[in-house]
Amino acid sequence: MISVHNISKKFGKLQVLNDFNLEFELGNSYALMGPNGSGKTTLIKTILGMVIPDSGDITVGSQSIKGDVSYRKQIGYMPQIGHYPANIKIGQLFSMMKDMRPEIKNYDLELVEAFGLEEMKNKAMGTLSGGTRQKVSAALAFLFHPSILILDEPTAGLDPIAVELLKTKIKKERARGKLILITSHILSDLEELTNRAIYIYEGEVFFSNTIEELKEITGECKFSPAIAKLMEWTLKKKSKKTILNHV
Amino acid sequence: MFKLLKYALYDILKSRFAIIYTVFLALVAISIYQVSDDLSKVSLSLMNIMILFIPLISAVFATTHFYNNLEFIELMLAQPVKRIHVFLSQLLAVVIMLSLSILLGFGLPMLLWGADSSLITLLVVGVVLSSVFAGFAFLASVLTRDKAKAIGISLALWIYFSLVYDGLVLYIIYSFADYPLEKATLALVMLNPVDLGRILMLMQLDISALMGYTGAFFQQFFSSGSGIFIATFALLIWMLVPNYLATRIFRKRDF
Repeated sequence: MISVHNISKKFGKLQVLNDFNLEFELGNSYALMGPNGSGKTTLIKTILGMVIPDSGDITVGSQSIKGDVSYRKQIGYMPQIGHYPANIKIGQLFSMMKDMRPEIKNYDLELVEAFGLEEMKNKAMGTLSGGTRQKVSAALAFLFHPSILILDEPTAGLDPIAVELLKTKIKKERARGKLILITSHILSDLEELTNRAIYIYEGEVFFSNTIEELKEITGECKFSPAIAKLMEWTLKKKSKKTILNHV
Repeated sequence: MFKLLKYALYDILKSRFAIIYTVFLALVAISIYQVSDDLSKVSLSLMNIMILFIPLISAVFATTHFYNNLEFIELMLAQPVKRIHVFLSQLLAVVIMLSLSILLGFGLPMLLWGADSSLITLLVVGVVLSSVFAGFAFLASVLTRDKAKAIGISLALWIYFSLVYDGLVLYIIYSFADYPLEKATLALVMLNPVDLGRILMLMQLDISALMGYTGAFFQQFFSSGSGIFIATFALLIWMLVPNYLATRIFRKRDF
């Protein structure tokens, strides 16, 4: 569904993505992991067209994303921190998003109802708490029945009840055969919600396979120790590199 | 595009800043009308205040608005809309808000106490200067990733066009006082939107006679059809070029 071909991106001198290749298939749920600054968010933003890569190409459903915006209709995106214009009301924000996709008439209001956003629709965005804003972001991501869901730290800042509601919703959509891409530092969430793991390290794909495979390779039977081992390996790789550099 | 603009306008027109700015302009206009009954004196005083403050407020407000809305712009970019439409809707919303404030703040007192052609020119020049400096501000905002830097660039442009440039022009005129300078000063005026606005205003008043031979030359130039055409063209370039450059950079910017 999404293919990332040879994407490279530099911010100044910093090589954030280095000749990056990845395939995302419908029906799978991907956990995108990596230390801070490893290029997770840059990858997501490149797929969404917010960051323009120096070289390489991305196709979404066999259609290149260059110079075309209609592919974004298939994507529901939940940003890490949602900022909205302060004077716009919740109801207006929703009608604005609906206005941008006039051909979609069938809305998924499950999260809107679960979070009780309908009762708050006359509240201005500027008066909302951070958690409520996250709820709005989540509800917007699912609103148009997108076939691809990109969730950047979806559970950060939500209260436990909302986290459970959101997780149930993600599992439901996953069962419907959607492509789900989640970044998070909360490993238990990832284990619960995803079946494939992608580990990015310094702009390169260090690991991309199923979670079972990850456990087998690392020889761990649990998800978090397996990831910890993966991180250890990346560090070793780095120290090897420095030794080589000195020779 | 118009859908985006509708919501951007809705947000900006409800902002506290829009209301305060309009009230401030209205208070200035009302107080000046109270002081003098002579319309040309009123428009001269209003012009002096406007030429100094409107570019400043436009530049600072447009920059802060862009950065305050940056995350929202990011969210818009993730939606199925063209980048250029996202940018233009934000820019137009700022320009429309600044213009409406001037038209309401200065225009309502004019409706109450009367206006002449110079006051109408004043409104036009105010709207033009707002869009020019909003353009500068948006250009500064897309050029850097730092709000403080962008505000710094906007302020520097304001200082340059409002204060430094006049000093340079005076210096040139004094240094070359032995030569005929009418055409040179005219060219210099075209290179500064603030001066251009000011001269266009002054030409509507009768005080150009006080400006000597150059004043007479300007009077002749700006009252001719081609003169007005060239001046309007120069102002249009000042309005469009920064905005065009900003749009081009925005299309390639990373968020």
